[in-house]
Formats: sequence, C-alpha cells, structure tokens
Amino acid sequence: MENKKLIQLENISMSFDGEKVLDNVSLSIADGEFVTLLGPSGCGKTTTLRIIAGFLDPDEGEVLFDSQRINGVPPHKRKVNTIFQRYALFPHYNVFENIAYGLKVRHVPKNEIKERVSEMLKMVNLEGFEHRRVSKLSGGQQQRVAIARAVINHPQVLLLDEPLAALDLKLRKDMQKELKNIQKQLGITFIFVTHDQEEALSMSDTVVVMDNGKIQQIGSPTDIYNEPVNAFVADFIGESNILDGVMACDYKVRFAGHSFDCLDAGFEKNEAVDVVIRPEDVDIVPSDKGMLTGMVTSVTFLGVHYEIIVDICGFKWMIQTTDYCSEGETVGLSIEPDAIHIMKKSEYSGRYGDYSSFSEEMDTMSEIPEDEEDE
Amino acid sequence: MSNTKTKKGFERNLKKNSMGATFLNIPYILWAAIFIIVPMFIVAYYAFTNNAGEFTLDNFNKLSLYRDSIIDSFVYALVATVVTLVLAYPFSYFVARSSETVQKIIMMLVMLPMWMNLLIMTYSIMNIIETNGIINSLLVSMGFDKLKIINTPGAVIFGMVYNYFPYMVLPLVSVLSKIDDSLLEASADLGSNAASRFWRVILPLSVPGVISGFTMVFVPSVSTFYISQKLGGTNVNMIGDSIEALVKSVNTIHLGAMLSLVLMVVILICIMVMNRFSDDSDGGIVL
Repeated sequence: MENKKLIQLENISMSFDGEKVLDNVSLSIADGEFVTLLGPSGCGKTTTLRIIAGFLDPDEGEVLFDSQRINGVPPHKRKVNTIFQRYALFPHYNVFENIAYGLKVRHVPKNEIKERVSEMLKMVNLEGFEHRRVSKLSGGQQQRVAIARAVINHPQVLLLDEPLAALDLKLRKDMQKELKNIQKQLGITFIFVTHDQEEALSMSDTVVVMDNGKIQQIGSPTDIYNEPVNAFVADFIGESNILDGVMACDYKVRFAGHSFDCLDAGFEKNEAVDVVIRPEDVDIVPSDKGMLTGMVTSVTFLGVHYEIIVDICGFKWMIQTTDYCSEGETVGLSIEPDAIHIMKKSEYSGRYGDYSSFSEEMDTMSEIPEDEEDE
Repeated sequence: MSNTKTKKGFERNLKKNSMGATFLNIPYILWAAIFIIVPMFIVAYYAFTNNAGEFTLDNFNKLSLYRDSIIDSFVYALVATVVTLVLAYPFSYFVARSSETVQKIIMMLVMLPMWMNLLIMTYSIMNIIETNGIINSLLVSMGFDKLKIINTPGAVIFGMVYNYFPYMVLPLVSVLSKIDDSLLEASADLGSNAASRFWRVILPLSVPGVISGFTMVFVPSVSTFYISQKLGGTNVNMIGDSIEALVKSVNTIHLGAMLSLVLMVVILICIMVMNRFSDDSDGGIVL
C-alpha cells in the first residue's frame, strides 16, 4: 500500500442554520486505504463524506485532493464516486443503462461501454441482469448495481454512505466481505461511513471515530478497541465498564476501592482518570479469590457466552463469560493488568460506564453536551 | 422502488378483504352512469337521427363542411399546449425546487385565476387587449402606435394559455418535486453537468407529468369555444364555437351532436396515442 496522501481535510468547519456540524476537522487519507468514518447519527460523518464528494462546500478549511485544493470544484469534475445510502439508482433506466451512465456521459465508445459493463456485472455477480428494471431487483441486487455503477468509472476514491444500512443482517455480512474484496481487487481508496462499530472494525484499515462534529480518535481497529482515548470511544466501540479511578503512581491505579497493577504510565501522581475494562477481559473466580466481589443480578445467554451483570458496591459491571453463574450468586472478579486501560478525563467522563440501565445510557448518547462545547 | 412490491401486495389485500369497498363504490358507479355514460349515448343518438327521430347519416355527410374548423381547432390547441408547456416547465421546475412555503404561496397564486369565472376572466383580458384597451392606451400615452392584438390568432392562443396554464403546472410540479435529490446528486457524481442532468435524469423522469399536463391542456383547448369567440372575433373559427352555435338551435342540434361525437372520438385517439408514449417511458426512454 502506498503511503501517498490522497485526500487531506484541513481545519474543516461547517454549519447548517447556525448549528455547527463539523468543528475544525482535519483528516488525512492515504492512497489505497480503507477508511471508515464511524459515529452516532448527527456526528458529522456524512457531512464529511459529502464535502469530499463535492455536494457541500465547507464554511472554513481546505479540501485537498492529491495536494490540489478542490474547494468549489463541482462533483462531476472530481475523481471520486459515491455509493448512496438508498443507492439512488435511476428508475427510468435498466441495470445496463444505470451502470453505463458514467461512461455514456463521458462519451466512451459503445463497444467499450458494453465490454466494461459486462465486466462489472461479472464482478458483482449480476450477469444476465442487463435488461432488468432496477425496481424489480432485491435490495442486495440494487446494492450491487450501485457498486458497479460507481466502480466502472475507475474512481481514485470510492465514497460509501452507509451503503449496507438498508440490508438485513445476513446480507450485510456478505456485502461487507464483498466490498472488502472489491477494495483489495481494485486497490483504490474507500471512505466508508457507518454507525455500526462492528462493520467499522471488521472492514477498515483505519477507523475515524467522530462525535459532535469532532474527530475523537483516528487509529487502526485494534488501537481503537484496545486503546480508546476517551469514554465516548470506549463506550461506542464495543461494550465497556468505565470507572472513575486515580493513578496512584505509574503502573498502579486505584478504582472500585482497590488498587490494581496496570500497564499505563505517564500520568501525574493521584491524577483522576477513567478506567476501561472490557467485559470479556474479566475473569469470574470464587468469591474468596476475587480482587472484587459482588452479586450477580442478571444473566443473559447469548450463544457464544453469557452476559452477566455483577453489582459491586452499586456499580453494575458487565461481564462476558462462558461459565454459568446463577442470579443472586456472590462471585469474585479477577482483572489482569493488561485488561485495564487508563484514559485521561474528558468531557465525556462520567456519562457512560455503568450497566444499571441501558435506556438511560441511550438517552445520554443522543443528547448533545452544550456546556463544555465552546472551548 | 423497492416498496412497489409490498405496496401492490397491500393493495391486493385491500381489494380482496373488503367486500364493503364494492358497496361503497356503488354511488360513484351510479353517478358515472347517469352523468357520463348515459349522456354519451344521448349524444350518439342525436348524432344519428333527424328531427323526426329517424335514423340518418345526413349529419355524418355534412361533416366535411366543418373540416377546416376541426383542423384549425387542433392546430390552435396544439400551439397553445406547446406554448403552455414551454412556459410552464421551467416555472414548475423552479417551484418544485423551492422551499415548501414558497411552493405553497406560488401554487396558490397559480390556482387563483381558476377560482374566477371564465366569462369574467375573458372579458378582463378583452379589456386589456382591446383596440382601445389598457395596453393600447398605455402605448398611445407613451407616443407609440396602437397594436392590433384582439381578434388575432395570437390573442386566442394567449387566452388559452392564460386559462389552462394551471392545468399544466399542477402535474408538472407534482412530478418534478417527487424527483429525489439523491438522483441528481448521483448523476452529478457520475460526471453529469447541469445540462446532462436535465436531459438524462430530470426530463425523462418528468415525462409522465408532461403527458398528463399535455392532455389536461390539449383536450379542453380543442373544444374551447368562448375564448376564441371573444378574443378571436370572426377571424378564428373553432369547432367548439360551431358546436355551441349548432346546439342552440333545434334544427341543427343533431349536426352539433355529430360534431361533438367526432370531436370526442378524435380526442380519445389523441389520448390513447399519448398514453402509449408514457407507457414507453416507463420501460426506459433512450436519449
């Protein structure tokens, strides 16, 4: 994979009706990279994509393509193609005509169009569908036509705006693999927008986590999962128990009334921190052998594992384990140093963490914090 | 697109499930029978009989007298419809693209003349374009020569366009505002500039609206009578005027009925031809 910077966003800000949608966003995307913009709805990910596509012009900041400023360049003159959320296939054209659209507009010779369209149909497994009306296709087939219609133009960058959101789970999984394969095969840059963290983790080279018009974290899927920078990222990507802690000194952290060894250093003495512990990293042990003890308040069987909630001094931990515990049982928890991840306090601190109520958590997620926002 | 299937299924269920629906339809069927179908038979009966009530083809044979006036009517109607379309299309596009509030206000203004009586409207137009009307008074006061506007074919076309404009705008706006923005974005994304977006996406998708607007303007235009009389004077002789004159007299009412019948048949053929176009467009228009 070349490391040439293909797309750069520099200090992009954007407002709609006085509401800031993007706040000083800077992002650099390498040639051939699979980048995912991940975040809850309203976080600015689609706006970012539309700025790259040319449908929107940012209020402030520069968009560079191949080191050239492309602010104000209309979409039809950009070397990017988009796959729209609802596919946006032309209802008055059949499959062939839809896929051929971009080539026809550019007056590519008829023979070549025919050749390239059938090549595309082969790639997306729709041979023989040339003359079908698009309205007669299933969701998955429409999705494939949309992919073919975009890819046939040999774009340098393919923008995908939640392309799988309308598909059912099984089909979505298949399309994830297929998209990843297509990306590998073509070697072009994919910029993928989704709110589905699993999708983001499984497909991307780089994940850009966004919230509230700001980039929260950029990193590889493993980085994002294992080393979230703040409570928002930790909570949005996967499940996590987020606790208030204090760094006693390097490699020692105190939370839940106990002192634990950890692998993190570089904090000030007695600095208040957020501690993330993933539910699958906690071991259930007999109560007399646990570092912490608590009572099991709920057990849910999920196939691969049980999801149990353990109440420890009023804080509800979520733990995923293959060992069965019964409700009301007192258990011990054992946490290895490498299971503990320490984060600096942020504006998101204290808003996530406990599993006492899922719905409350949902409420706070959809709320936009106003207080600390201005700085 | 993808909902069409479920929608059809839903409609089918509706039809199957509700016997009551048939029952509810009865008043409409009766209405249609009494006020639409029966009168047509009466027209047909008059067309093929004489004053004594005997069967005759005389009326049919006299049709040739009105050949020119029938042709004129169709030419006028066609010109008026095309002019209306040319004026209404960009207007409708603008309306369809504007915000909902603006859309409401403009549509209200467009519909406003429809609430007025045709006679009053035509008289007002006469007032404006008469030899000594408002336009000419203005011209004279500014030192120009008077224009001859009234009693010209142009005045008739103007009257028709003015009168039928809303019937063109309504279907066009409804079709154009339904075109999904994402289709235009997709088309731009795939390399279309504004002109190409229009020819390849907007125009083909608005064909059903054009057809229905065309029909809604063309059909009443062909049988127009009052406008042509008042604004065209003796220079313009449309079939509608002839029918009106003939039907007024007991002696010629049978010929009038025959003319109406012929007009109806010709219009029916026109509509069928136009519908054929819109069917094709569903299958995908090749530009």
